Amino acid sequence: MGNVVVDVMLKSEILDPQGQAVAGALPRLGFNQFTDVRQGKRFVLSVEGEVTDEVLAAAREAAETMLSNPVIEDVVSVRVESQA
Amino acid sequence: MKIGVVTFPGSLDDHDASRAVRVAGGEPVSLWHGDDSLRDVDAVVLPGGFSYGDYLRAGAIARFAPVMSVLIPAAQGGLPVLGICNGFQILCESHLLPGAMIQNDHRTFICRNQRLRVENATTAWTSDYQLGDEITIPLKNQDGQYVADRSTLDELEGEGRVAFRYLVADASAHTYDRFAGRNPNGSYRDIAGITNERGNVVGLMPHPEHAVEEGYGPSLDGLKFFTSVLKSVVNA
Repeated sequence: MGNVVVDVMLKSEILDPQGQAVAGALPRLGFNQFTDVRQGKRFVLSVEGEVTDEVLAAAREAAETMLSNPVIEDVVSVRVESQA
Repeated sequence: MKIGVVTFPGSLDDHDASRAVRVAGGEPVSLWHGDDSLRDVDAVVLPGGFSYGDYLRAGAIARFAPVMSVLIPAAQGGLPVLGICNGFQILCESHLLPGAMIQNDHRTFICRNQRLRVENATTAWTSDYQLGDEITIPLKNQDGQYVADRSTLDELEGEGRVAFRYLVADASAHTYDRFAGRNPNGSYRDIAGITNERGNVVGLMPHPEHAVEEGYGPSLDGLKFFTSVLKSVVNA
């Protein structure tokens, strides 16, 4: 079984309310060194067998059409998960 | 005059939307997300709620429901479509309307009666209003912050496609308005609703269907959405 990992982040110019909430809470635990937090999404797409170029291409298409909304988000990476 | 109201898994306001259609004098027709038919309706309402639990992004999964595969081309062909709240999110995800909705900037759910200004009274859903009318209808949402890039916003404003704007209370005046001095969800340029170029597709965050009947809701200000579309269908 192979996995493709897709990472999606809100575009930098879009406000990230969730990230801001996390950033606001970190100092309460003594983490004062982080000036900003952005929160994204990770999808792990599994297939039977190996991740072929076709599988990777399909994952890229899925990432662009459904997993992200290009108006507000960027697909940061689409990659084969390395076997442990 | 048949107005379809689509029910997705997690739709909440489909019954109120149907009721509003009936109060306005139309015949509501229930449409199901899993059907690939619009049952010969003359217009469609995508109601509020949390379709598919807002999973992935609000409206993102509903946008790929079978009914949308027939609704999207019909809307592009001129069928009047109104998206309310979650319906607005679905229209944005479908790219029938530009921009996107993200979480309210203050990160809390809002539920309040909201004043709006009508900025375009020529669409299929707003023709019974006058330009500049101020209306009060309920607003209730978690992901209600309308965002788009600057060129899209400039284009919307330049073409008169901002249909409704939030009226912001004066922060310096004595007021108990929690959102005095700012709009209630952080929407760019106070945009509450927009239309496509043709004026047949309109989306807005607040809920006109909750303000159509005496004794329920803050006003009867929402009724004109539904009377407008009934007229536009007759005149089409």
